[in-house]
Amino acid sequence: MDILANLALGFSIALSPYTLMLAVIGCFLGTIIGALPGLGPSNGVAILIPLTFALGLDATSALVLMTAVYYGAMYGGRISSILLNIPGDEPALMTTLDGYPMAKAGRAGDALVLSGVASFVGAFLATLGLIFLAPLLARVAFLFGPAEYFALYLLAFCTLGGMASNNQAKAAIASCIGLAIAMIGVDESSGLPRLTGGNLHLYDGVDFLVAIVGLFAITEVFFFIESHGKHSSLGVKLDKVSIPWKDIIACRWVMLRCSAVGFIAGVLPGAGASLGSFMAYMSEKSIAGEKGGFGTGVAKGIAAPEAGNNAAAGGALVPMLTLGVPGSGTTAVLLALLMTLNITPGPTLFTENPEVVWGLIASLLIANFVLLVMNVPMVKIFVRVLQVPPWVLMPGVTMISFVGIYSLSGSYFDLLLMVGFGVLGYIMRKLDIPTVPVILGILLGGHMETALRRAMLLSDGDWTYLFSSPISIGLWVAAVSGFVAPMFLRNILKKPQRVTD
Amino acid sequence: MQSDRIFGLVATVLALAYIVSANQTQISFLTDPVGPKGFPVLIGIIWALSGMFMVLRPDPQPEWPGLRTFGALAFAVVILIGYAYALKPLGFLLPTAVAAGVLSYQISPNPKHAVLTGIGLSGVLFVIFKYALGLGLVAVPKWLLG
Repeated sequence: MDILANLALGFSIALSPYTLMLAVIGCFLGTIIGALPGLGPSNGVAILIPLTFALGLDATSALVLMTAVYYGAMYGGRISSILLNIPGDEPALMTTLDGYPMAKAGRAGDALVLSGVASFVGAFLATLGLIFLAPLLARVAFLFGPAEYFALYLLAFCTLGGMASNNQAKAAIASCIGLAIAMIGVDESSGLPRLTGGNLHLYDGVDFLVAIVGLFAITEVFFFIESHGKHSSLGVKLDKVSIPWKDIIACRWVMLRCSAVGFIAGVLPGAGASLGSFMAYMSEKSIAGEKGGFGTGVAKGIAAPEAGNNAAAGGALVPMLTLGVPGSGTTAVLLALLMTLNITPGPTLFTENPEVVWGLIASLLIANFVLLVMNVPMVKIFVRVLQVPPWVLMPGVTMISFVGIYSLSGSYFDLLLMVGFGVLGYIMRKLDIPTVPVILGILLGGHMETALRRAMLLSDGDWTYLFSSPISIGLWVAAVSGFVAPMFLRNILKKPQRVTD
Repeated sequence: MQSDRIFGLVATVLALAYIVSANQTQISFLTDPVGPKGFPVLIGIIWALSGMFMVLRPDPQPEWPGLRTFGALAFAVVILIGYAYALKPLGFLLPTAVAAGVLSYQISPNPKHAVLTGIGLSGVLFVIFKYALGLGLVAVPKWLLG
């Protein structure tokens, strides 16, 4: 009955009018951010972090607001996927495969409602899963020593690099760049500067928010300049929105199955939402077989990735909260938020700050219902948002990024670094090098090094200590196989390409 | 092909420079078995090896934009760097209007839209940041007003 008591605590916080208001605002903002082409959950949340900081919110309020934005963006992403054939971010790619053809066939309203309901089912079940799994995992996490944590961080990099990218070497380079950047600054244990090149600005290290906003938001601006924003005109008409009960009922098992698949994929550290929607779509495609017509605009092809995607978004919160290891790009951004708020995620979070965790979980449950209301009857409001032309939107995003980062430290140097990260992100994305491992590296680099050094201190420099417990051996095996296995599976499981007109 | 090779080569060289630079870290008298050098050097080695791998097994060439677009991108970078330097001495309104206008023009070359976007964004964002979020922004520096 622990869970019920904890939930009661959570709801007592989440149902206070102020927190409730923050959750509703977050849902609204999030849906808009998700719907706007060029602004996905990761960069949307990243841009908002410095601004939340400026508002002076306390930890719980800030967390509630931002996770509501996060869930909202996951809902909103489907709107641009379906109507514009532009995935707001990587996980929404799968939704374009059937969503856009269905919208072109004149059933845009049906596609939006169905995907909204599927998102709700996925997110709701995943939040329930989070309620049951997170406390259990937090208890296991108490058994983790530095050697286990080192292996766990390695696992996150390996699964992220192995599954979410097309080329292992490129993912490894990206991880190394991130880790290398994390090492810059004053070394915590000796107090001496490292790798700063004598530059005083670098003594504090590189702020991860600077890197995140640069790599996500500024890079996006460069891509819009390259394409002149050509791909973002509304090509599909949305007339009336009714609820397609027949499709929803026909998809009930699909949604349940895909929620389970998505949740599991989300819980794997490093794998995340992209893998969730991908696995969900592919498994339903093979269950439906040739006759299922996946890829031509069928209802199941929309319900599957959306349920999987949103379930993975919830699942990704499990390792993030209990172990401090994010399961996706956006949870990496949320981890950045926790770190800025001086909250250390991990098993102690559940015992020392239960009000933060359970307030957050209760807010997620509430946010989910708010989002269902916003995204089904009120979906037309958000479709309007798509008409904001990119030549207003992208300069606006840039200016907000600049002011946000500037408000952190008031130094022009951070702004220059941010532009630098923007350029780096552009080159990396052009070369199909994933940028999320860079973020993960900057976020986790310090922890990973500390874990390694503590482990070596405990064992007096004996390297075999890293593989001395069953948990760490298991994690090492998972890490190596997570990195190597996709090389062989790649030919079997080919990623479907985007539909082109 | 070529792009991956170049990137891999640059990455490898950078990784080697990183290892050298990590090796120059001062070591304090109190140190642990790994020390402040161990982890950075380890990263540098993996970094260099993956860079080499990219040189040896490159992916197909990506689609790079033409020279003109490259020029536009370089110009955008210059504008952003200029904006970063200008934000403090020139206040918020002027640099923001100019930078937003230029970026808008670069995305969609329509002078009227660009001017309106620049002025509109700088005004609206200033009001939001200053009064809704309470950031301490300076609209126009005193010396400009005389």
